[in-house]
Amino acid sequence: MKENPRSINRLAAPIKGLAQRFAFMALVLTAFALMLWGKVDVATMERARTQVTDAVAPILDVISRPIDSIDLAINRAHDIYAVHEQNVQLRKDRDRLLHWQAAARRLEAENKVLRSLLNFVPGAEANFITGRVIADTGGAFIHSVILNAGARAGVRKGQAAVTGDGLVGRVAGVGTGSARVLLITDLNSRIPILVGPERTRAIMAGDNSERTKLIHLPSGATVEEGDRVVTSGHGGAFPVGLPVGVVVSVDDKGISVQPLVNRNRLEYVRVLDYGLRGIIQVPPKGTDTVEKDAAAAPAAVGAQQ
Amino acid sequence: MKRGFWNRLDILTRQSTPFLLTLALVIINQLPLHIPGFSQVMPLLPLMAIYHWAMFRPELMPAHAVFIVGLMQDVLSGTPVGINALVYLAVYGTVLSQERFFSGKSFVVVWLGFGLIAAAATVAVWALVSAWYAAIVAPQAVIFQYLLTIGFFPVVVWVFLRWQRGVLGSV
Repeated sequence: MKENPRSINRLAAPIKGLAQRFAFMALVLTAFALMLWGKVDVATMERARTQVTDAVAPILDVISRPIDSIDLAINRAHDIYAVHEQNVQLRKDRDRLLHWQAAARRLEAENKVLRSLLNFVPGAEANFITGRVIADTGGAFIHSVILNAGARAGVRKGQAAVTGDGLVGRVAGVGTGSARVLLITDLNSRIPILVGPERTRAIMAGDNSERTKLIHLPSGATVEEGDRVVTSGHGGAFPVGLPVGVVVSVDDKGISVQPLVNRNRLEYVRVLDYGLRGIIQVPPKGTDTVEKDAAAAPAAVGAQQ
Repeated sequence: MKRGFWNRLDILTRQSTPFLLTLALVIINQLPLHIPGFSQVMPLLPLMAIYHWAMFRPELMPAHAVFIVGLMQDVLSGTPVGINALVYLAVYGTVLSQERFFSGKSFVVVWLGFGLIAAAATVAVWALVSAWYAAIVAPQAVIFQYLLTIGFFPVVVWVFLRWQRGVLGSV
């Protein structure tokens, strides 16, 4: 072997080059085949994706913590800086909310009486599963986040993910310890909603931009700027009345909605478990409804003024 | 004999760092940074890594490593599996085929080359994703992402060049 390494090289080099080229082409073809396979067999591909995500989730969980801490520190510094302004704003908000609270109390009492009149049976109450956002994925192409809570914590596919502001998205894939939430702004997101005081039915579709569009409105429906958009609960899975966004523009290009939830501020997300499975539609009523009616009522009060 | 083993292990570990670094960048790319508007336009760090290693140390970044990096990017980011793998392989192949052109050229040329190749890669991913979903993906964020990727390139390359001198200098 040691005597003439050159002759071996002379023989091996072209073969090696050929093998490398062949391997390269094989990889390209494999990538292409995977693309097509993902289109045909969505379930298998999603399972594989979930398993890999599950395996990487602990790493993401650990390295996203310091970032969250830094973010928290920055926010805190900002809060101190803006404390005076915030105080003024909060006082204003407090006055306004007291007015709303009065309206809500009155409606709650009225609601209670009407319910007893109708022998109303409250539906299931929601359970919350709170998860931390450990990855904000996809860049310009996919709008989704990964949570560090999965099937072990009770997260199921199709459940609604919310923050205090409103709807974030839908659980699209669940692993044992992680879940992928497809945001409402994603290209593939289609959510049945109700818009405006008329509660017009429509579908809200994402297109990977910051805002979403309303489609499939019934003919003759009027939607105005400033109308609130809430989930309709049609099609199961999602509870009715979750706040989603506000209509910001109505023109020839369509109806544009600004979601209430800011993707960049997502840190903790609650996944709602109403026990809905998308087949039997149980409108979620109960304690939650009181809050929702209360939230809707001042809007009506405001409209009258 | 024992020393030989440790020596070899040391070299192997060093040699695998380009691949592992690139894989780490895939994961870093997914982190929620909470910067307004940034997550949509996060620079494509793995693309820079593949371009760089294909140009300077292709023997440490073989095609199957590029394929794995692409698959990881697809799986974690949620893009249809295979799209980034395909595009990364194409970038890798293009850089290797232009090896003679790039050898000994100044950084500006390397940067311009990256600008061209990243533009082609971005358009390719955009077209493939749009075709896969049979819907047009809004291009604004894609364009910003491309510009940021170009802007961040020197920073990432600076780190890689340091790494090359410090860790890969002897292997």
